[in-house]
Parts: sequence; C-alpha cells; structure tokens
Amino acid sequence: MIQSLNRLKETPSQTAGPYVHIGCVPNFSGIAGVYPEDLGGAMVNDKTRGERITVRGKVIDGSGTPLRDALLEIWQADADGLYNSPSEMRGTADPNFTGWGRSPTDMQTGEYVFRTIKPGKVPFRDGRPMAPHITFWIVARGINIGLQTRMYFGDEAEANEADPILSRIEHRVRVPTLIAPREGDTYTFDIHLQGDRETIFFDI
Amino acid sequence: MISNRKPETGSFFQRDRLWHPPAYAPGYKTTVLRSPKYAYLSLDNTISEITGPVFGHSVLGELDNDLIHNFAKPGESAIGERIIVHGRVLDERGIGVGGALLEFWQANAGGRYRHQKELYMAPLDPNFGGCGRTITDENGYYTFRTVRPGAYPWPNGPNDWRPAHIHFSVFGHGFAQRLITQMYFEGDPMIPHCPIVRTINDQKAIEMLVAALDMSATIPMDARAYKFDIVLRGRRSTMFENRKEGN
Repeated sequence: MIQSLNRLKETPSQTAGPYVHIGCVPNFSGIAGVYPEDLGGAMVNDKTRGERITVRGKVIDGSGTPLRDALLEIWQADADGLYNSPSEMRGTADPNFTGWGRSPTDMQTGEYVFRTIKPGKVPFRDGRPMAPHITFWIVARGINIGLQTRMYFGDEAEANEADPILSRIEHRVRVPTLIAPREGDTYTFDIHLQGDRETIFFDI
Repeated sequence: MISNRKPETGSFFQRDRLWHPPAYAPGYKTTVLRSPKYAYLSLDNTISEITGPVFGHSVLGELDNDLIHNFAKPGESAIGERIIVHGRVLDERGIGVGGALLEFWQANAGGRYRHQKELYMAPLDPNFGGCGRTITDENGYYTFRTVRPGAYPWPNGPNDWRPAHIHFSVFGHGFAQRLITQMYFEGDPMIPHCPIVRTINDQKAIEMLVAALDMSATIPMDARAYKFDIVLRGRRSTMFENRKEGN
C-alpha cells in the first residue's frame, strides 16, 4: 500500500441553463431593484488608460443559428499588459480598468458586446511575449462545461505570427478562428461551437 | 481580499474531463448542436489563466444573500419552504477559498422562474426574484437564505422534469477556476431521472452536487438547512516555474 494523494475532486460542472441571466445579469433579465447594476457591464471609465475598442460578435451553433441565451465573460490585461488580479506579481494594473467583463447575447439578435481597451502583451511561461489577446469563457443552455477560448487581434499580424500558443496549433487552417478582424474601432469575433468553422477551444 | 495569505501564482491542476460532463450528451438534446466536435487544445496555464478578477465586499448589498427578502415588498416575504444553504468553497488541496464570489439563481417554490422566456403555468411569487450572491469569508465559508425551489417541467423529452435545484456561479482567484454548476437536494427522487444530471457519467461526481440536510444548522421554528461544499481546481506551487520549455 502507498499513501493516498488525498486530493478532493473538483465539483462537476453543469449547464448554466436558459435562465442564467437571473443570477448573473438580473437587471438585463428584467429583475430590477435587487442589485444596483449588473456586474461586468462597465470595464472602463473616463480615466482608463489605453485605446478604446468594441468587441462584438455572435455565438453560433452547429446549424448556423446564433445563440440568443448565451453568457460570455472576458478577462484581459490592461494597456501595459498587467492583470488586475492579486496574483499579478509584475506590477500594479491600471486601477481604472477591471480587466473582466460579462455580456449576455441579445435575446433577439444573438449579439454580445464588450466596450473595453486593447490589451498590452503579457509573457508566456518562458518569458517570450504572447500576442495581445482576450480570454473568453462561454456558457449557455446546452453547454455542459464553460468553453474557454482566446481572441487575438486582426491588426497584430506580426505579434500573432510569433505567438507561442498560436504557433503551436497543428491545423493551421483553424488559426483564423481565433483572430478577430478590425473595422474602425470594432473587432468582430464570432464563435462557432461546431462544424467546419469551429472555433478552437482550450483545455487549459 | 480579506485574507492576508500571500496570493498564489502556480498553475491550476488540470481538469479531469471524464469527471465533468462531456460536451456532447444527446440525452440532453440542446447539447447536440452546441458541443464542439474537434478536440480541445491542451495547454499549461499562462498568466492569462492563473490570474482572475477578485471582488470586494463593497459590491454586496445588505440583502444580497437573503432571497426570501431581497425582492419582497417591505414587511412581506417569499412563499415556500424556508431554507438556509451554507457550506465552504475549497480547492482540490482542501484549502478554503476566501474572497470567492458566489452567485445563485433558482425558480420559486412552484418551479416558476422570473424570466420573460419562461412560459410554465405555475404562477410567479410577487415577493420572490430568484437571484442572490455572497462572498466567502477568509476560510471559504458562505451562507444564504431562500425558499426551496420546486421541480420544473422542460421541453426535452416528452415528460422531463428538473429536480429541485439551485444554480451556482463560482469565481475563485484565477479565471481557469471559473465554474457554473447546480445544487440538488438530498432525497429528491427526481435526481436519477434528470437528463442534465445524467450528463455526468460518474455516480460519485453526481453525489458531489447533492446537498445534505443539515439539522445541526437548522434554526428551530424558522428554517431548515442544507450544506453544500464546492471544490474548485487546486494549484501547483511555483517553485519550478519560469523554465524554458523542454528543460
């Protein structure tokens, strides 16, 4: 016999269901007066440093239909590449930038929207810079465990080329599923859950 | 953060994807078109995953963890079986996760959700909204008060009913710990019938989602209690970090 490792098991995930809005964005769902505002709706204020951008898109199922009941969260560094987190040891992030945002998809159009700033570069584990990116987490009815992916920026071709994670992707034809094209100050990042254009999801 | 424990910067233990439900679980019909078909890309955490938002108590209102009263008119309260739900948020090492934001949502005592897309004929309770939130103390403890939700029919199979359940959204300290799950109630005969419960293949994993009746925390003549502990991913130490890949 040997000693037990004695680890607990992680609580298993379950779907967020169609009424995730009640708990996570109650004001959006029409439940007024419980919370003053929905968390994650305002990532920036007037003093936030960095270039203001909009990130928008749809989450699309295997039939091509946009999900109108999904909830997305993003997590990103500030303009200098620092995270607003106690585990950030490299410096102090911009106090006027939360780094975290939450958006439901519109109940009619299926579109999500984040008003944020373009993040700076952060280092990979070996110190090489990663290209600017935003980490996404997607939950919805029919999604049993939150899907993790990343959005990279279409106008950062050189940095994307050198990115340690993008360059590890064997099926090069799939790399563009993580890169959002820019138009004006808006990046459009559609997430395909299934099929030929399926977005790359991470087990990370 | 209320803990003075030093923030941790190690990678999270990898997820056991055979323990969690798979993306494709056709007994739960909506998963059929919403499940990726390609394999996920596996990577060790980077700083983008080991960091995450942490919320201060300043976001909380006084009644945020009291669903019996947080939507009710003054002097009134929600109808239903009054219960307390409490427990700890731990990580896989058994360490309490302090400062963790928990959000919960549920149907009312009749199984009716307050949501515009909900068409179930059971009536709304004018004094029940169905949302609440709290932040764990430095040892990972949380508690809230609510009414026990009713079972609820849904258009999956021709006669499928959800067991009584409360949805939980949990933040740890890193974005890779982010978790949404559902809590069920000890002794509910609907649990083994539910296609969403049955997306989980391991019976022991299902048992982790079933809260125990906790008579020791029950308040006599007031509210019964259920205990529900939540386990998030643990972390490695950082002592061998920052080596070049392949070393």
